[in-house]
Amino acid sequence: MQSPALPVPEAPSLVPPALRGILPLLIAIPTLALFHWSLTGSDFATYLLSVVGVNIILAVSLNIVNGMTGQFSIGHAGFMAVGAYIAGYTSLQLKEVALSFLPVSASDQVLFMLALLVGGVAAALCGFLVGLPSLRLRGDYLAIVTLGFGEIIRVFVQNTDAFGRALGLSGIPQYSSPGMVYFWVFLVVLAARRLAGSSHGRSLWAIREDEVAAEAMGVDTTGYKVRAFVFSSFFAGIAGGLFAHFVPIINPGSFTFVRSMEIVVMVVLGGLGSTTGAVVAAIFLTLLPEGMRSLFGALGTEGSLAQRVDQIRMPIYGLLLVVLMLSRPQGLFGTKELWDVLPRWLPRKRRGLA
Amino acid sequence: MAQLLQHLINGLAAGTIYALVALGYTMVYGVLKLINFAHGDVMMVGVYMGYATAFAIGREARGSFLGIAAVFAVAMLGCALFGFLIERFAYRPLREKPRLTALITAIGISFALSYGFQLDIGFLPGASPRAFPEIIEPTEWLIIGDRDVVVWNWQVISFLIAVGLMVGLQYLVFGTRFGRAMRAVSWDHRVAALMGIPTDRVIALTFMLSSGLAAGAGLLYAIKDTSVSPLMGLYVGLKAFVAAVIGGIGHVPGAVVGALVLGLVEEFVVGYAASTWRDAVAFGFLILVLLVKPGGLFGRVAAEKV
Repeated sequence: MQSPALPVPEAPSLVPPALRGILPLLIAIPTLALFHWSLTGSDFATYLLSVVGVNIILAVSLNIVNGMTGQFSIGHAGFMAVGAYIAGYTSLQLKEVALSFLPVSASDQVLFMLALLVGGVAAALCGFLVGLPSLRLRGDYLAIVTLGFGEIIRVFVQNTDAFGRALGLSGIPQYSSPGMVYFWVFLVVLAARRLAGSSHGRSLWAIREDEVAAEAMGVDTTGYKVRAFVFSSFFAGIAGGLFAHFVPIINPGSFTFVRSMEIVVMVVLGGLGSTTGAVVAAIFLTLLPEGMRSLFGALGTEGSLAQRVDQIRMPIYGLLLVVLMLSRPQGLFGTKELWDVLPRWLPRKRRGLA
Repeated sequence: MAQLLQHLINGLAAGTIYALVALGYTMVYGVLKLINFAHGDVMMVGVYMGYATAFAIGREARGSFLGIAAVFAVAMLGCALFGFLIERFAYRPLREKPRLTALITAIGISFALSYGFQLDIGFLPGASPRAFPEIIEPTEWLIIGDRDVVVWNWQVISFLIAVGLMVGLQYLVFGTRFGRAMRAVSWDHRVAALMGIPTDRVIALTFMLSSGLAAGAGLLYAIKDTSVSPLMGLYVGLKAFVAAVIGGIGHVPGAVVGALVLGLVEEFVVGYAASTWRDAVAFGFLILVLLVKPGGLFGRVAAEKV
C-alpha cells in the first residue's frame, strides 16, 4: 500500500492564526443552522438525509481503524447497536424530565445530546473491552473477534427485557434532525482529518505500513491501536444514538453482520485511509439502492425487481470487494483525499498556459 | 449423572464436526498465513451439492451404503474443485500483496456466497432453510437405563467418519511426501520453493483438501440438524474458526482439541444455562482464551521477524 501523501507546506494563509483552530467551526455552524432551517422537504427526504449522515459517520469512524491503522474490524454495527440501545434507553428514561430553565425544545436537545454521549461512551467502553485482547495479537484476529462481538451484542439484546428482546425498543422520542446528524458528521470528519495529520495519526499510519518497524521506532503499537479502536467505537455509538432517535423502532435486526459489511464496503470502496473517500462512498452506496428502486419503479417492473434491490445488493457487495481487491485494492481514492484527486478530472488547460 | 453423560455425548458429537471444519482453517493458515474467511461458506456450497445429489439419486438409493457414499463423494470432490477455483482465481493473484488484501477478498467471497445463495434466481436455492433428506435413518443405537442416555446412530456414524478422516489427514500430513512438502511450505514457502517444492501445487492441494474435509463435515452437520440453509456456513464456519484459535491456529491436533472443547462448552451451556445464549458462548469463550492465553492452548505466539 502506498504511504499517504505528506502534507505539503501551505501557502501563507489569509486567516489570522488565532482563528485558525476554530475556523472549521466558524464556517460549519452557520452553514448547518441555515441547512437546518431551510430544510422543509418531505419526511422521506429528511429520513434519507439522516440515514446518509449516519452512514457517513459510521464509514469515517471505521476508516480510522480499517484505513489509517490497517486493522480490520468487521463488527462496527455491534458498536452502533450499543450506542443505539444505550442512548435510546437513556432517552426513554429521561422522557418525563425537562430542564425548567430552558424552553422545551432546547431542553429536549440537551437531553438528547446527553443520551448520545452516554451511548457513545458506552460503545467506546465496549471497544476498549473488545480491542484490548484482540489488538495485542495479529490484526486478523480483530476481524473475527469484532464479528463475534456483534453476535454477542445481538444475543445479549435478545435476552434482555429492558431492551425489549427481539421486539426491540419503540417509543424513543424523535429528537433527531438532519441538522443534528450533520453536526456530528462535521465533527467526525474534522476529528478524523485532524487525527490523520497529527503525530498520533502519524503513528497510526506507521502501524498500518509496517507494525514491526513502527514498534522498532518506539511506537507503542498496542496502545495506539486500542486508542484508535476506542475513538472509532465512540463515533459508531454516536451514529447508533442518532439512528435510534429518528427511526420509529430499533431492534436487533437493524444491527446485523450485514450492516457491518455495508460499512466495510463503503470504506474499502472509498479507499482505505481516505476520509473523504469514505464520505463519498457512504453517500453513493446509501443512495444507490434508493435510486435503483425508483428506477425500477419508474420502469414499471411490477414491484418484484424493485423489492429485490435489497436482496440483490448483498451478494453484489461481496463481489464488489473481491473485484476491488483484484483490480484496484486501494479503492477509489487510495489514501488521498477528494481535493488531491479532483483537479485531475478537470481540464489541464491552465497548467498548459502557465 | 446420566444427564451429564448425555451432554458429554452430544457435545463430543458436535465437537467432532467442528473439528473437521477447524482443520481446514488451520491447514490453510499453516501454508498461507491466511484466515480463509470463506471456508464455512465453501462448506455450505458442498452441502448443497450433497443435497442435490441425494435428490438426484432418488429415495431408494440414498438409504443404501452406496447411496450415502455417492452423496459424500460428490459433495467432497465437487467442493474440493470449488476450493481449487477460489484459490486459483481469487487468492493466488494476491499472494504477494499485503495480507489485508487477501483477508478482504476472503470476506467478500464469504459474503457473496452466503447471500448469493439466498437469492432464488436460476439454480440458487433461496433464503429459507430446506429439510435435508435423511440419508441416515435416525435410530437409537444405544439406550442406557430408562432412556436416561440415548446415543443415536448418526452420532456414532458421524463420530466414526470424522475420526476416520482425521486419522487419514494425520497420515497424509506426517506420513507422505505431500505432507512433508506441505509442512515445508508452512515453515517457509520461499525456502521451500528453492528446495524444489512446487509451492503453488502444494497450496492448491491444501485448499482442495480443506474444502473437501469441510464438505464432509458440513454433510454430517446437515444430517444432525436435518436442514440446510445458506447461512449455515457462516455460523458453523465461525465456530470452527473459534475452535481453531482456541487450539492455537496452525496447530493440527490443537484444532481437534479446541473443537471438542468448544462442542462440550456449547452443549453444557445449552443444557444447564439457556439455549438462547448458545451463539454468544463461542465468542465469549474466544475472547476469554485470547485474554488468558493469546496463542491458544497449544500454539505459541511467535515473534514476527522482518
